[in-house]
Amino acid sequence: MSFRAQSAHTGGALSCVELMVALYFKILRVFPHKPDAPKRDRLVFSKAHDAKALYAVLAARGFFDPKILEGYEMNGGLLPGHATRHCVPGVEVTAGSLGHGLPMAVGMAYAGRVDRKNYRVFAILSDGECDEGSTWEAALLAGQHKLDNLVAIVDYNKLQGCGYTKDVLDLEPFAKKWLSFNWEAKEIDGHNFTQILKTLSQLPFKSGKPSVVIAHTIKGLGGAAKHVNQVSSQYKPPTSDEIEIAIRELTKI
Amino acid sequence: MRYAFIRELFAFAKRDKRIFLVAGDLGYSVFEEFAKQYPRQYLNAGVLEQALTGMAAGLALTGKIPIIYSIVPFVTMRNFEQIRNDICYQNLNVKIVGVGAGFAYGNYARTHHGLEDIGVLRTLPNLTILCPGDPLEVALATKAALRHPGPVYLRLGKAGEPNVHQSSPRFKIGRGIVIKKGRDVTIIATSTFLNRGFEVMRKLQEQGLNTGLVSMPTIKPLDTRLIKELASKSKAIYTLEEHSIIGGLGSAVAEVLAESGDQVKFKRLGVPDKFTIVMGRQEYMRRANKLETNQIVSTILRHLKQKNS
Repeated sequence: MSFRAQSAHTGGALSCVELMVALYFKILRVFPHKPDAPKRDRLVFSKAHDAKALYAVLAARGFFDPKILEGYEMNGGLLPGHATRHCVPGVEVTAGSLGHGLPMAVGMAYAGRVDRKNYRVFAILSDGECDEGSTWEAALLAGQHKLDNLVAIVDYNKLQGCGYTKDVLDLEPFAKKWLSFNWEAKEIDGHNFTQILKTLSQLPFKSGKPSVVIAHTIKGLGGAAKHVNQVSSQYKPPTSDEIEIAIRELTKI
Repeated sequence: MRYAFIRELFAFAKRDKRIFLVAGDLGYSVFEEFAKQYPRQYLNAGVLEQALTGMAAGLALTGKIPIIYSIVPFVTMRNFEQIRNDICYQNLNVKIVGVGAGFAYGNYARTHHGLEDIGVLRTLPNLTILCPGDPLEVALATKAALRHPGPVYLRLGKAGEPNVHQSSPRFKIGRGIVIKKGRDVTIIATSTFLNRGFEVMRKLQEQGLNTGLVSMPTIKPLDTRLIKELASKSKAIYTLEEHSIIGGLGSAVAEVLAESGDQVKFKRLGVPDKFTIVMGRQEYMRRANKLETNQIVSTILRHLKQKNS
């Protein structure tokens, strides 16, 4: 997708892909042929610039024909660079401007609570969007209202738009921030399926508290070696040589 | 106006459990009874307009009809991008209610004045903008807003505005209300200035001018058909609003007139494009901006005498 569209935002899609696979294939209660079933778990993909990870996983899970992936960021295609609600079945919300996802997820979780529904709401956040005040406003709300049907997963690849988070706007002590907002937090290796599945099977981490998973990840992992953990992984699309190497490595597996 | 709104909201909330009021830590003396009677349909979210707007979108995505409420600038501009992306782009059934239109909070200074809301919100697709002009219109606009299946902005005054209509007028989203037809002058007024329009009409009539008054409680979608008709039947048109001269009713009407080719005499009356230096209560602030009834009458009389303007 990145190569065909020569699109940016490949690194952040790669850093969250294991999380997305684990969620859609093992954790979320979803119904690919009835994507709006009221009892479904909701996933709010707030780091919508990395939408290609969401699209690829939704297609693989059977929400839509994988051929649609070819239209990613292409003129007249169905899949915009930032995911919009119902662009294809399974995309729950429109996002793209950072810091909008968690508030919407809070609304869905709050409604579930008042209406005594037992669906859960997952919000996938980037580390960069934890710079946004609105993310922390929503975190306050969720803690205040004890939304233990809400789970935030931060793809903590430690690289934002123009540099490392520790240099641009350090989030540390990150877990402590969430804890002090009355969330329960766990830190995991976001590329390790065993850890991801074990952690996400323990939700909520604490009754009466929203849960946050801080997933330590590496931006661009699995893509071209020269962009791994580099700012360039946000911007540079893969070259044809890099695609060939990637395909060769994947077929080796 | 606030009380007319809350009365209607009460009636709806009783019938329709999807109604969910989200306040931004405002509404003292207005929402207490609502909160008591409908605790599962009310939340004072706190002072976080961005998150509460996104939250309302999330509530709407589960089928609720959220109403968000705060003072005009905080519920229209602090959270403008959430209104744009979360509510309008997703075309969700959220109602945005701004209280304190114009200089209602005059002595609180410009931070609290509601003077740009219509201008900024008018740029958003899918959004209906309702600016009722008296308590009777507020009741009808609230009903219409809650029945309308999409995003609505409802702009409310706060000063205990009097009724201008003698009885409930016919109200439909997208339609202006002709209170009186005028051959010489037609005043198109909206929101907190409907009553001012009525006062100005009376004074112009005393001057022997055949003057009409039209209430324009919907700014978007605008009643273009009515505006064109007024332009063909009246010698001059004046728009009147307690809003910046840029972007509001006057601009919207000017856009219609400019493209219609009508040569009607026209002027926008509203708050000039500057921060008012002096400070005072609503009527004082209006006077400082030449929007007191007699000042408006003088402006119109002067304008009528000018040629080709």
